[in-house]
Amino acid sequence: MIDKHIVNTIIEGLENPFEIVGCADLDAEKIERVSLTYWRDVWRRFKKNKLSYIGLLLLVGVVLLTIFGPLVSGQDFAYMDYAIKNQSPSTAHWFGTDSSGRDIFTRVCIGGRISIVIGLACTAVMFIVGAVLGGIAGYKGGVWDDVIMRIVEIVVSMPYMVIVIILSVSLGRGVFALILAMTLTSWGGTTRLVRGQILQIKNQEFVLASKALGGNSTRIITKHLLPNAMGILMVSITFAIPGFIFSEAALSFLGLGIQPPDTSWGALASSARNVLMFHPLQLFFPCLMIIITMLAFNLIGDGLTDALDPKLRD
Amino acid sequence: MLKEKLIVVDSLSKHFKLGKHTTLKAVDDVSFDIYKGETLGLVGESGCGKTTCGRTIMGLYQASAGNVTYQGKGVHNVSSKEKLALTKKMQIIFQDPYAALNPRMTVGDIICEGIDIHKMYTGEKRAQRTRQLLDLVGLNREHASRFPHEFSGGQRQRIGIARALAVEPEFIVCDEPISALDVSIQAQVVNLMISLQKELQLTYLFIAHDLSMVKHISDRVGVMYLGNMVELTTSDNLFSSPLHPYTQALLSAIPEPDPIYSRQKAHILLEGEIPSPLDVRSGCSFASRCPKVISQCHVLKPALQPVRNGHFVACHLYHHD
Repeated sequence: MIDKHIVNTIIEGLENPFEIVGCADLDAEKIERVSLTYWRDVWRRFKKNKLSYIGLLLLVGVVLLTIFGPLVSGQDFAYMDYAIKNQSPSTAHWFGTDSSGRDIFTRVCIGGRISIVIGLACTAVMFIVGAVLGGIAGYKGGVWDDVIMRIVEIVVSMPYMVIVIILSVSLGRGVFALILAMTLTSWGGTTRLVRGQILQIKNQEFVLASKALGGNSTRIITKHLLPNAMGILMVSITFAIPGFIFSEAALSFLGLGIQPPDTSWGALASSARNVLMFHPLQLFFPCLMIIITMLAFNLIGDGLTDALDPKLRD
Repeated sequence: MLKEKLIVVDSLSKHFKLGKHTTLKAVDDVSFDIYKGETLGLVGESGCGKTTCGRTIMGLYQASAGNVTYQGKGVHNVSSKEKLALTKKMQIIFQDPYAALNPRMTVGDIICEGIDIHKMYTGEKRAQRTRQLLDLVGLNREHASRFPHEFSGGQRQRIGIARALAVEPEFIVCDEPISALDVSIQAQVVNLMISLQKELQLTYLFIAHDLSMVKHISDRVGVMYLGNMVELTTSDNLFSSPLHPYTQALLSAIPEPDPIYSRQKAHILLEGEIPSPLDVRSGCSFASRCPKVISQCHVLKPALQPVRNGHFVACHLYHHD
């Protein structure tokens, strides 16, 4: 063992054992990258994911097709001409004609509008209801939480198909009844999701810090709780839209959805079923559009999951 | 010299209701004063109620009983306007620098949260103040546009300190600000806090379980055990002549770097575990583990009383009524 005193005498003996050599004026902390806002950063990360970017392009393509398709084809979606029924694709009718002689390309575009609008409308209603109720249940807690969550449990345990049938019988078959029926049975899941997120975030110390700084409920909810819950919500939204489009298609296929002369992808597939053996392409085109749209949303959802997490920023 | 009392904590209790019949007495009838400009250390083992005590003093938790007054004004049960005014004077630095910063906000916005709430500065002045605060805690000005996850633990803690300082407070509760950091960074942060205290005439309530750090920073130290304050005295007094058997045991557990001295040192080993705060029995809370227990201890709860000038202890060994 080295004697302490010897070490001390050696150190004291040296006039100045350590001297400051200084530090070269290097830009060690200089930040090269421009500063970005959160959402611009999300967009930058999203673009990096090639597959998701393709998904987004696919979706934009489908949307443009439904908006401008009928103009380009120059056909009326409801015009029937029995002289040209059940034709195969040709230069006049790109996707052929159906059993009533209507142009399938135009009908797929018009049907796509309704399918996408229903998907967006149902998702919007579901998320507004879910975010408000889930937010109250999570933030307020206590009696509010108990009451809301019991209602949610009742709602999610009701059979979806029965509600849809009852509503379409009582309200008539139409877009409104369909949206109501689908949202009435689906907001429970979102409420649970939002509540869980809020519960998890509201006990974190940065919320307490905001309270300590004098932040009121409005500030805590808008600045702290919602932005942090938004990532998971956005992903859930992008997966919910194709879900609703799919449900609408299934209900229309069963004859519970959109009624002629209006149409949707599901309704088109349903009417094509009758001539499936002889004209399979009539079923192929609406199904192709459903598949492309579903695929696009799923790819976007996957990309958003990664893009919304700032910890993955590189 | 008569020192000005900044905060008076008067028989403060904080009980959490866990079920119909169980309450957790996190802080139970604690009284002490904090003088202007001093650092009061608060030590004790995990779960003894230090953090709850600090947060209740801040008004973040509603007190179950007792009062906290800041410059003569109550902290609890006041109007929201008075509460807002208090948040400008009392601030808190949190233990976990990873949980205390909102991951979705830039450092600049985090630091300016208090400035925005109290509408102190806007526009260019706000940006100027942000740069000034970053300088103050030793961070780079360009850091304002970055996100918290791009920083190390020590840097994050500095951001937390800057956020607390932004509203120009007089009193800061430091809730174990260094325990989540590694040792070299601990020294940096503590030294920063000491220099800030001198520069800005701050008063600290410094909660920690690292005794050597508390000795380094505190003027006076309070020792807590199971929600009770068992000893309160100056830092020098506490470390040179601890009176309460719990404090003696706690101090004997400080690791010594010198192995020879360490072997000579008498270690007081406490038997058993810390009792659950759920079933607090009558008498002294330390009675079940105390090596110097006397019959009176199981019956009567000792009050925190002065033994000599400025040295308070809650133990029957020193009070003969």
